[in-house]
Amino acid sequence: MSEVKYSKEHEWIKLEGEIATIGITKHATEMLGDIVFAELPEKGSNVEKDGTAGVVESTKAASDVYTPVSGEVVDLNQSIVDDPSKINQDPENSAWFFKLKIKNKSEMDTLMNKDEYDIFAKESSA
Amino acid sequence: MDIKKTSLYQLHQDSKAKFVEFAGYQMPIQYSEGIVEEHRYTRNHSGIFDVSHMGQLFIYGQEDLVDDLERIFPLDLKNLKLNHSKYSFLMSDNAGIYDDLIITKIKDGFLIILNAACKENDYKILKELLNDKYKMVLDEERSLIAIQGPKSVEILKSVIQGVENLNFMSGNWFTLDDHNIYVTRSGYTGEDGFEVSLTNEFADRFTRRLIDKGAKLIGLGARDTLRLEAGLCLYGHELSKDKTPVEANLKWAISKERILKGNFIGSDIITKQLNHGVNKIRVGIKPEGRIIAREKTKIYNESNSEIGEITSGTFGPSVNGPVAMGYVENKFSKKDTKIFLEVRGKKHPATICGLPFYKKSYVKGVN
Repeated sequence: MSEVKYSKEHEWIKLEGEIATIGITKHATEMLGDIVFAELPEKGSNVEKDGTAGVVESTKAASDVYTPVSGEVVDLNQSIVDDPSKINQDPENSAWFFKLKIKNKSEMDTLMNKDEYDIFAKESSA
Repeated sequence: MDIKKTSLYQLHQDSKAKFVEFAGYQMPIQYSEGIVEEHRYTRNHSGIFDVSHMGQLFIYGQEDLVDDLERIFPLDLKNLKLNHSKYSFLMSDNAGIYDDLIITKIKDGFLIILNAACKENDYKILKELLNDKYKMVLDEERSLIAIQGPKSVEILKSVIQGVENLNFMSGNWFTLDDHNIYVTRSGYTGEDGFEVSLTNEFADRFTRRLIDKGAKLIGLGARDTLRLEAGLCLYGHELSKDKTPVEANLKWAISKERILKGNFIGSDIITKQLNHGVNKIRVGIKPEGRIIAREKTKIYNESNSEIGEITSGTFGPSVNGPVAMGYVENKFSKKDTKIFLEVRGKKHPATICGLPFYKKSYVKGVN
Protein backbone atom coordinates (compact mmCIF):
# COMPACT_ATOMS: atom_id res chain seq x y z
CA MET A 1 0.00 0.00 0.00
CA SER A 2 1.36 3.39 -0.91
CA GLU A 3 0.44 6.38 1.17
CA VAL A 4 0.01 9.96 -0.18
CA LYS A 5 0.50 12.91 2.16
CA TYR A 6 0.59 16.67 1.72
CA SER A 7 2.64 19.57 3.09
CA LYS A 8 1.71 23.13 3.98
CA GLU A 9 3.97 24.27 1.14
CA HIS A 10 1.65 22.44 -1.28
CA GLU A 11 3.80 19.44 -2.10
CA TRP A 12 2.45 15.90 -2.31
CA ILE A 13 4.51 12.88 -1.32
CA LYS A 14 3.85 9.26 -2.13
CA LEU A 15 5.80 6.68 -0.15
CA GLU A 16 6.46 3.20 -1.55
CA GLY A 17 8.82 1.22 0.65
CA GLU A 18 11.63 3.62 1.42
CA ILE A 19 11.28 5.58 -1.85
CA ALA A 20 9.21 8.77 -1.77
CA THR A 21 7.97 10.47 -4.94
CA ILE A 22 7.41 14.22 -4.53
CA GLY A 23 5.60 16.79 -6.63
CA ILE A 24 3.46 19.91 -6.26
CA THR A 25 -0.31 19.81 -5.84
CA LYS A 26 -2.95 20.77 -8.36
CA HIS A 27 -3.93 23.57 -6.00
CA ALA A 28 -0.33 24.89 -6.15
CA THR A 29 -0.35 24.88 -9.96
CA GLU A 30 -3.64 26.76 -9.98
CA MET A 31 -2.17 29.44 -7.74
CA LEU A 32 1.02 29.68 -9.80
CA GLY A 33 -0.59 29.82 -13.23
CA ASP A 34 1.27 28.64 -16.33
CA ILE A 35 4.54 27.07 -15.28
CA VAL A 36 7.30 27.89 -17.74
CA PHE A 37 10.45 26.83 -15.88
CA ALA A 38 11.37 24.06 -13.46
CA GLU A 39 14.64 23.37 -11.68
CA LEU A 40 15.27 20.17 -9.73
CA PRO A 41 17.81 19.21 -7.04
CA GLU A 42 20.94 17.31 -8.07
CA LYS A 43 20.77 13.56 -8.26
CA GLY A 44 22.75 12.06 -5.39
CA SER A 45 22.41 15.16 -3.22
CA ASN A 46 20.88 15.09 0.24
CA VAL A 47 17.93 17.32 1.04
CA GLU A 48 16.60 18.21 4.48
CA LYS A 49 12.95 18.29 5.49
CA ASP A 50 11.43 21.73 4.71
CA GLY A 51 14.54 22.78 2.80
CA THR A 52 14.43 24.04 -0.79
CA ALA A 53 14.69 21.33 -3.39
CA GLY A 54 13.89 23.08 -6.63
CA VAL A 55 12.22 26.07 -8.24
CA VAL A 56 9.20 26.57 -10.43
CA GLU A 57 8.49 29.75 -12.31
CA SER A 58 5.33 30.99 -13.90
CA THR A 59 5.24 33.88 -16.35
CA LYS A 60 4.69 36.06 -13.28
CA ALA A 61 7.10 34.90 -10.57
CA ALA A 62 9.50 32.30 -9.19
CA SER A 63 8.59 30.01 -6.28
CA ASP A 64 10.74 27.60 -4.32
CA VAL A 65 9.84 23.95 -4.12
CA TYR A 66 10.42 22.42 -0.67
CA THR A 67 10.90 18.83 0.30
CA PRO A 68 8.46 17.63 2.96
CA VAL A 69 10.89 14.93 4.19
CA SER A 70 14.67 14.39 4.34
CA GLY A 71 16.50 12.01 2.08
CA GLU A 72 18.85 11.34 -0.80
CA VAL A 73 17.73 12.34 -4.30
CA VAL A 74 17.69 9.10 -6.30
CA ASP A 75 15.71 10.07 -9.38
CA LEU A 76 14.59 13.20 -11.26
CA ASN A 77 11.78 13.81 -13.72
CA GLN A 78 13.69 15.39 -16.62
CA SER A 79 10.49 15.60 -18.71
CA ILE A 80 9.14 18.50 -16.58
CA VAL A 81 12.40 20.41 -17.02
CA ASP A 82 12.18 19.95 -20.80
CA ASP A 83 8.48 20.84 -20.90
CA PRO A 84 7.34 22.60 -17.71
CA SER A 85 3.75 22.93 -19.01
CA LYS A 86 3.37 19.22 -18.12
CA ILE A 87 3.26 20.32 -14.48
CA ASN A 88 0.02 22.22 -15.10
CA GLN A 89 -1.42 19.31 -17.06
CA ASP A 90 -0.84 16.44 -14.65
CA PRO A 91 0.69 17.74 -11.41
CA GLU A 92 -0.21 14.91 -9.06
CA ASN A 93 0.75 12.05 -11.32
CA SER A 94 3.13 12.01 -14.33
CA ALA A 95 4.60 15.45 -13.53
CA TRP A 96 6.31 14.35 -10.31
CA PHE A 97 9.51 16.28 -9.48
CA PHE A 98 12.00 13.96 -7.75
CA LYS A 99 12.32 10.73 -5.79
CA LEU A 100 14.01 10.42 -2.43
CA LYS A 101 15.39 7.52 -0.50
CA ILE A 102 13.98 8.69 2.80
CA LYS A 103 15.91 8.81 6.07
CA ASN A 104 13.24 8.94 8.69
CA LYS A 105 9.81 7.50 8.02
CA SER A 106 8.34 9.26 11.07
CA GLU A 107 8.66 12.60 9.22
CA MET A 108 5.65 11.44 7.22
CA ASP A 109 3.52 11.64 10.37
CA THR A 110 3.80 15.43 10.52
CA LEU A 111 2.14 15.80 7.10
CA MET A 112 -1.54 16.13 6.20
CA ASN A 113 -3.75 13.50 4.64
CA LYS A 114 -5.94 14.28 1.60
CA ASP A 115 -8.96 15.54 3.56
CA GLU A 116 -6.85 17.70 5.86
CA TYR A 117 -4.97 19.17 2.90
CA ASP A 118 -8.13 19.96 0.94
CA ILE A 119 -9.42 22.00 3.90
CA PHE A 120 -6.02 23.65 4.36
CA ALA A 121 -5.80 24.55 0.65
CA LYS A 122 -9.29 25.99 0.64
CA GLU A 123 -8.56 28.12 3.72
CA SER A 124 -5.17 29.30 2.52
CA SER A 125 -6.58 30.55 -0.76
CA ALA A 126 -9.56 32.31 0.84
CA MET B 1 -7.56 55.53 -0.38
CA ASP B 2 -10.28 53.44 -1.95
CA ILE B 3 -9.24 51.14 -4.71
CA LYS B 4 -10.74 52.25 -8.02
CA LYS B 5 -12.62 50.08 -10.46
CA THR B 6 -12.95 50.52 -14.22
CA SER B 7 -16.29 50.43 -16.00
CA LEU B 8 -15.51 46.86 -17.12
CA TYR B 9 -15.17 45.56 -13.55
CA GLN B 10 -18.43 43.61 -13.71
CA LEU B 11 -17.43 42.09 -17.05
CA HIS B 12 -14.05 41.06 -15.62
CA GLN B 13 -15.83 39.40 -12.71
CA ASP B 14 -18.27 37.64 -15.02
CA SER B 15 -15.27 36.42 -17.01
CA LYS B 16 -13.66 34.92 -13.87
CA ALA B 17 -10.74 37.33 -13.74
CA LYS B 18 -8.06 37.11 -11.07
CA PHE B 19 -7.52 40.65 -9.86
CA VAL B 20 -4.48 42.59 -8.72
CA GLU B 21 -4.12 46.13 -7.55
CA PHE B 22 -2.32 48.16 -10.19
CA ALA B 23 -1.74 51.91 -9.87
CA GLY B 24 -4.67 52.20 -7.46
CA TYR B 25 -7.06 50.20 -9.66
CA GLN B 26 -8.48 46.73 -9.29
CA MET B 27 -7.29 45.21 -12.57
CA PRO B 28 -7.49 41.72 -14.11
CA ILE B 29 -4.10 40.00 -14.15
CA GLN B 30 -5.51 36.99 -16.00
CA TYR B 31 -8.73 35.10 -16.74
CA SER B 32 -9.44 31.39 -16.46
CA GLU B 33 -7.41 30.26 -19.48
CA GLY B 34 -4.18 31.71 -18.12
CA ILE B 35 -1.43 34.02 -19.31
CA VAL B 36 0.17 31.77 -21.93
CA GLU B 37 -3.13 30.97 -23.66
CA GLU B 38 -4.20 34.64 -23.52
CA HIS B 39 -0.86 35.66 -25.00
CA ARG B 40 -1.20 33.17 -27.87
CA TYR B 41 -4.80 34.15 -28.54
CA THR B 42 -3.70 37.77 -28.97
CA ARG B 43 -0.87 36.81 -31.35
CA ASN B 44 -3.06 34.45 -33.40
CA HIS B 45 -6.52 35.93 -33.10
CA SER B 46 -7.72 38.96 -31.17
CA GLY B 47 -7.39 40.08 -27.56
CA ILE B 48 -9.27 42.81 -25.67
CA PHE B 49 -7.42 44.78 -23.00
CA ASP B 50 -9.07 47.04 -20.48
CA VAL B 51 -6.65 49.96 -20.27
CA SER B 52 -9.19 52.35 -18.77
CA HIS B 53 -6.86 52.97 -15.85
CA MET B 54 -4.60 54.92 -18.20
CA GLY B 55 -5.00 58.68 -18.32
CA GLN B 56 -6.82 60.37 -21.19
CA LEU B 57 -5.76 63.98 -21.03
CA PHE B 58 -7.45 66.42 -23.39
CA ILE B 59 -5.75 69.80 -23.77
CA TYR B 60 -7.67 72.38 -25.79
CA GLY B 61 -5.99 75.20 -27.71
CA GLN B 62 -4.69 76.34 -31.11
CA GLU B 63 -1.30 77.66 -32.36
CA ASP B 64 -0.23 78.96 -28.93
CA LEU B 65 -0.72 75.50 -27.50
CA VAL B 66 1.40 73.91 -30.25
CA ASP B 67 4.23 76.33 -29.44
CA ASP B 68 3.94 75.75 -25.72
CA LEU B 69 3.85 71.96 -26.07
CA GLU B 70 6.93 72.04 -28.30
CA ARG B 71 8.77 73.61 -25.37
CA ILE B 72 7.82 70.50 -23.38
CA PHE B 73 7.94 67.55 -25.78
CA PRO B 74 10.81 66.71 -28.21
CA LEU B 75 8.36 66.55 -31.11
CA ASP B 76 7.71 68.39 -34.32
CA LEU B 77 4.11 69.13 -33.35
CA LYS B 78 3.71 71.91 -35.93
CA ASN B 79 3.86 69.29 -38.63
CA LEU B 80 1.81 66.68 -36.82
CA LYS B 81 -1.27 66.13 -38.97
CA LEU B 82 -4.79 66.08 -37.60
CA ASN B 83 -5.57 62.67 -36.04
CA HIS B 84 -1.96 61.52 -36.17
CA SER B 85 -0.13 60.25 -33.08
CA LYS B 86 3.43 60.27 -31.79
CA TYR B 87 5.15 58.42 -28.98
CA SER B 88 6.95 60.79 -26.63
CA PHE B 89 8.01 61.57 -23.05
CA LEU B 90 7.40 64.06 -20.32
CA MET B 91 10.88 64.86 -19.03
CA SER B 92 12.54 66.70 -16.19
CA ASP B 93 15.17 69.40 -16.78
CA ASN B 94 17.75 66.60 -16.57
CA ALA B 95 15.87 64.66 -19.27
CA GLY B 96 14.75 62.07 -16.71
CA ILE B 97 11.50 60.46 -17.82
CA TYR B 98 8.41 61.35 -15.76
CA ASP B 99 6.25 59.37 -18.14
CA ASP B 100 6.10 57.94 -21.63
CA LEU B 101 2.98 58.78 -23.58
CA ILE B 102 1.14 58.91 -26.88
CA ILE B 103 0.11 62.36 -28.08
CA THR B 104 -2.51 62.74 -30.81
CA LYS B 105 -3.50 65.93 -32.64
CA ILE B 106 -7.27 66.31 -32.45
CA LYS B 107 -9.49 69.04 -33.83
CA ASP B 108 -9.48 71.36 -30.82
CA GLY B 109 -6.11 70.49 -29.39
CA PHE B 110 -4.34 67.31 -28.28
CA LEU B 111 -5.21 64.03 -26.62
CA ILE B 112 -2.42 62.55 -24.51
CA ILE B 113 -2.56 58.96 -23.23
CA LEU B 114 -0.66 58.66 -19.94
CA ASN B 115 0.37 55.79 -17.69
CA ALA B 116 -2.05 55.11 -14.85
CA ALA B 117 0.56 55.43 -12.11
CA CYS B 118 1.84 58.75 -13.51
CA LYS B 119 -1.28 60.51 -14.75
CA GLU B 120 -2.06 62.68 -11.71
CA ASN B 121 1.52 63.85 -11.46
CA ASP B 122 1.74 64.44 -15.22
CA TYR B 123 -1.40 66.56 -15.03
CA LYS B 124 0.10 68.70 -12.28
CA ILE B 125 3.40 69.12 -14.10
CA LEU B 126 1.77 70.00 -17.41
CA LYS B 127 -0.68 72.42 -15.82
CA GLU B 128 2.22 74.26 -14.23
CA LEU B 129 4.37 74.20 -17.36
CA LEU B 130 1.46 75.57 -19.39
CA ASN B 131 0.79 78.25 -16.74
CA ASP B 132 -2.85 77.20 -16.53
CA LYS B 133 -3.38 78.86 -19.92
CA TYR B 134 -5.43 76.09 -21.53
CA LYS B 135 -8.43 73.99 -20.67
CA MET B 136 -7.12 70.59 -19.54
CA VAL B 137 -9.33 67.61 -18.80
CA LEU B 138 -7.98 64.38 -17.35
CA ASP B 139 -11.13 62.59 -18.42
CA GLU B 140 -12.41 60.05 -15.88
CA GLU B 141 -15.71 59.77 -17.77
CA ARG B 142 -14.13 57.82 -20.61
CA SER B 143 -12.88 54.25 -20.76
CA LEU B 144 -10.07 52.99 -22.97
CA ILE B 145 -10.29 49.55 -24.58
CA ALA B 146 -7.50 48.08 -26.71
CA ILE B 147 -8.16 45.34 -29.23
CA GLN B 148 -4.99 43.69 -30.50
CA GLY B 149 -4.01 40.87 -32.82
CA PRO B 150 -4.42 39.86 -36.48
CA LYS B 151 -8.21 39.38 -36.40
CA SER B 152 -8.86 42.67 -34.60
CA VAL B 153 -9.44 44.70 -37.75
CA GLU B 154 -12.19 42.35 -38.96
CA ILE B 155 -13.81 42.20 -35.55
CA LEU B 156 -13.71 45.94 -34.87
CA LYS B 157 -14.89 46.92 -38.35
CA SER B 158 -17.92 44.66 -37.97
CA VAL B 159 -18.87 46.86 -35.00
CA ILE B 160 -17.50 50.27 -36.15
CA GLN B 161 -17.35 50.63 -39.93
CA GLY B 162 -14.39 52.56 -41.30
CA VAL B 163 -11.74 51.68 -38.72
CA GLU B 164 -10.08 49.48 -41.34
CA ASN B 165 -9.03 52.66 -43.17
CA LEU B 166 -6.87 53.91 -40.30
CA ASN B 167 -3.10 53.62 -40.58
CA PHE B 168 -0.79 52.76 -37.69
CA MET B 169 -0.47 55.74 -35.29
CA SER B 170 -3.48 57.59 -36.63
CA GLY B 171 -7.07 57.89 -35.47
CA ASN B 172 -10.50 59.38 -35.95
CA TRP B 173 -13.89 59.98 -34.36
CA PHE B 174 -16.64 57.47 -35.08
CA THR B 175 -20.26 57.29 -33.98
CA LEU B 176 -21.89 54.14 -32.68
CA ASP B 177 -25.39 54.07 -31.18
CA ASP B 178 -25.15 57.86 -30.69
CA HIS B 179 -21.90 57.54 -28.75
CA ASN B 180 -18.79 59.46 -29.82
CA ILE B 181 -15.87 57.09 -30.02
CA TYR B 182 -12.27 57.99 -30.74
CA VAL B 183 -10.35 55.11 -32.33
CA THR B 184 -6.61 55.02 -33.02
CA ARG B 185 -4.70 52.25 -34.76
CA SER B 186 -2.15 51.61 -32.04
CA GLY B 187 -1.37 49.42 -29.09
CA TYR B 188 1.39 47.90 -27.04
CA THR B 189 1.61 44.24 -28.00
CA GLY B 190 3.57 44.28 -31.26
CA GLU B 191 0.38 43.35 -33.13
CA ASP B 192 -1.92 45.27 -35.40
CA GLY B 193 -4.73 46.69 -33.33
CA PHE B 194 -6.73 49.62 -32.07
CA GLU B 195 -7.33 51.65 -28.95
CA VAL B 196 -10.89 52.79 -28.45
CA SER B 197 -11.84 55.72 -26.22
CA LEU B 198 -15.52 55.78 -25.30
CA THR B 199 -17.85 56.82 -22.49
CA ASN B 200 -17.82 54.71 -19.32
CA GLU B 201 -21.50 54.04 -19.65
CA PHE B 202 -21.10 52.46 -23.11
CA ALA B 203 -17.85 50.54 -22.42
CA ASP B 204 -19.38 47.35 -21.03
CA ARG B 205 -21.93 46.93 -23.84
CA PHE B 206 -19.34 47.74 -26.50
CA THR B 207 -16.81 45.25 -25.13
CA ARG B 208 -19.39 42.46 -24.92
CA ARG B 209 -20.07 43.03 -28.62
CA LEU B 210 -16.39 42.50 -29.41
CA ILE B 211 -16.48 39.30 -27.36
CA ASP B 212 -19.55 38.11 -29.30
CA LYS B 213 -17.53 38.59 -32.49
CA GLY B 214 -14.76 36.30 -31.23
CA ALA B 215 -12.30 38.52 -29.36
CA LYS B 216 -11.30 37.45 -25.84
CA LEU B 217 -10.47 39.42 -22.72
CA ILE B 218 -6.74 39.46 -21.92
CA GLY B 219 -5.24 40.39 -18.54
CA LEU B 220 -2.25 42.47 -17.50
CA GLY B 221 -0.11 39.32 -17.22
CA ALA B 222 -0.25 38.62 -20.96
CA ARG B 223 -0.05 42.34 -21.71
CA ASP B 224 3.36 42.24 -20.04
CA THR B 225 4.66 39.16 -21.91
CA LEU B 226 3.35 40.59 -25.21
CA ARG B 227 4.97 44.02 -24.79
CA LEU B 228 8.22 42.47 -23.62
CA GLU B 229 8.42 40.19 -26.68
CA ALA B 230 7.74 43.29 -28.78
CA GLY B 231 10.69 45.03 -27.07
CA LEU B 232 8.48 47.81 -25.69
CA CYS B 233 9.33 49.69 -22.49
CA LEU B 234 7.17 49.69 -19.38
CA TYR B 235 7.22 52.73 -17.11
CA GLY B 236 8.59 51.89 -13.65
CA HIS B 237 10.75 49.14 -15.17
CA GLU B 238 12.70 50.26 -18.26
CA LEU B 239 11.72 53.90 -17.78
CA SER B 240 11.97 56.16 -14.72
CA LYS B 241 13.05 59.58 -13.55
CA ASP B 242 16.63 58.26 -13.46
CA LYS B 243 16.66 57.31 -17.14
CA THR B 244 16.72 59.52 -20.22
CA PRO B 245 15.21 58.65 -23.61
CA VAL B 246 18.72 58.29 -25.05
CA GLU B 247 19.72 55.84 -22.32
CA ALA B 248 16.45 54.00 -22.91
CA ASN B 249 17.48 53.60 -26.57
CA LEU B 250 14.42 55.55 -27.67
CA LYS B 251 16.16 58.29 -29.59
CA TRP B 252 14.08 57.34 -32.66
CA ALA B 253 11.16 59.00 -30.86
CA ILE B 254 12.95 62.36 -30.64
CA SER B 255 12.39 64.60 -33.66
CA LYS B 256 15.68 65.26 -35.53
CA GLU B 257 14.42 68.71 -36.42
CA ARG B 258 13.91 69.51 -32.75
CA ILE B 259 17.34 68.26 -31.72
CA LEU B 260 18.95 70.76 -34.10
CA LYS B 261 16.96 73.62 -32.60
CA GLY B 262 16.82 72.42 -28.99
CA ASN B 263 14.65 74.53 -26.71
CA PHE B 264 12.58 71.78 -25.10
CA ILE B 265 12.76 70.57 -21.53
CA GLY B 266 15.82 68.36 -21.13
CA SER B 267 17.22 69.30 -24.57
CA ASP B 268 20.69 70.19 -23.22
CA ILE B 269 21.19 66.74 -21.74
CA ILE B 270 19.63 64.97 -24.72
CA THR B 271 21.92 66.82 -27.15
CA LYS B 272 24.96 66.10 -25.00
CA GLN B 273 24.11 62.41 -24.76
CA LEU B 274 23.45 62.15 -28.48
CA ASN B 275 26.83 63.72 -29.26
CA HIS B 276 28.96 62.07 -26.58
CA GLY B 277 27.12 58.84 -25.83
CA VAL B 278 25.75 57.45 -22.58
CA ASN B 279 27.26 55.30 -19.85
CA LYS B 280 24.46 52.77 -19.77
CA ILE B 281 21.93 51.85 -22.41
CA ARG B 282 18.85 49.64 -22.69
CA VAL B 283 19.34 46.38 -24.57
CA GLY B 284 17.52 43.15 -25.33
CA ILE B 285 18.85 40.08 -23.53
CA LYS B 286 18.37 36.44 -24.51
CA PRO B 287 19.23 33.98 -21.74
CA GLU B 288 20.54 30.59 -22.87
CA GLY B 289 18.35 27.59 -22.12
CA ARG B 290 15.19 28.18 -20.12
CA ILE B 291 16.47 30.23 -17.17
CA ILE B 292 14.33 33.29 -16.44
CA ALA B 293 16.12 36.42 -15.26
CA ARG B 294 13.67 38.75 -13.51
CA GLU B 295 13.83 42.46 -12.76
CA LYS B 296 16.88 43.44 -10.63
CA THR B 297 18.94 40.43 -11.79
CA LYS B 298 22.57 41.52 -11.94
CA ILE B 299 24.44 41.35 -15.25
CA TYR B 300 28.16 40.48 -15.50
CA ASN B 301 30.68 40.50 -18.33
CA GLU B 302 33.00 37.61 -19.24
CA SER B 303 35.60 38.81 -16.74
CA ASN B 304 33.02 38.73 -13.95
CA SER B 305 32.58 42.49 -13.49
CA GLU B 306 29.10 43.78 -12.87
CA ILE B 307 27.96 45.74 -15.94
CA GLY B 308 24.25 46.26 -15.41
CA GLU B 309 20.84 45.07 -14.31
CA ILE B 310 17.70 43.47 -15.79
CA THR B 311 14.60 45.70 -15.81
CA SER B 312 12.05 43.16 -17.11
CA GLY B 313 12.35 39.44 -17.67
CA THR B 314 9.93 36.63 -18.25
CA PHE B 315 9.12 33.65 -20.42
CA GLY B 316 7.99 34.69 -23.89
CA PRO B 317 5.27 32.28 -25.05
CA SER B 318 5.65 33.15 -28.78
CA VAL B 319 9.44 33.08 -28.62
CA ASN B 320 9.05 29.87 -26.60
CA GLY B 321 11.89 30.82 -24.31
CA PRO B 322 13.03 33.40 -21.79
CA VAL B 323 13.36 37.05 -22.81
CA ALA B 324 14.60 40.11 -20.93
CA MET B 325 15.54 43.74 -21.22
CA GLY B 326 17.97 45.67 -19.08
CA TYR B 327 20.63 48.32 -18.92
CA VAL B 328 24.31 47.54 -19.50
CA GLU B 329 27.44 49.65 -19.80
CA ASN B 330 27.58 51.03 -23.30
CA LYS B 331 30.73 49.15 -24.28
CA PHE B 332 28.97 45.83 -23.63
CA SER B 333 25.79 46.77 -25.48
CA LYS B 334 26.75 45.44 -28.90
CA LYS B 335 24.59 42.70 -30.35
CA ASP B 336 25.91 39.16 -29.70
CA THR B 337 28.03 40.23 -26.69
CA LYS B 338 28.26 37.34 -24.23
CA ILE B 339 27.09 38.20 -20.73
CA PHE B 340 26.15 36.39 -17.51
CA LEU B 341 23.03 36.71 -15.39
CA GLU B 342 23.10 35.94 -11.68
CA VAL B 343 19.99 33.95 -10.80
CA ARG B 344 19.68 32.35 -7.36
CA GLY B 345 23.42 32.69 -6.74
CA LYS B 346 24.51 31.06 -10.01
CA LYS B 347 25.75 32.81 -13.16
CA HIS B 348 23.95 31.80 -16.34
CA PRO B 349 25.13 32.66 -19.86
CA ALA B 350 23.11 35.04 -22.04
CA THR B 351 23.55 37.21 -25.11
CA ILE B 352 22.81 40.83 -25.94
CA CYS B 353 20.32 40.79 -28.78
CA GLY B 354 18.37 43.10 -31.05
CA LEU B 355 14.78 44.05 -30.33
CA PRO B 356 12.02 43.08 -30.78
CA PHE B 357 12.14 39.42 -29.83
CA TYR B 358 8.97 38.95 -31.81
CA LYS B 359 8.46 40.76 -35.09
CA LYS B 360 5.74 43.39 -35.24
CA SER B 361 3.08 43.49 -37.90
CA TYR B 362 1.78 47.07 -37.89
CA VAL B 363 -0.42 48.25 -40.74
CA LYS B 364 1.11 51.25 -42.49
CA GLY B 365 -0.18 51.49 -46.03
CA VAL B 366 -3.95 51.29 -46.00
CA ASN B 367 -4.40 54.60 -47.77
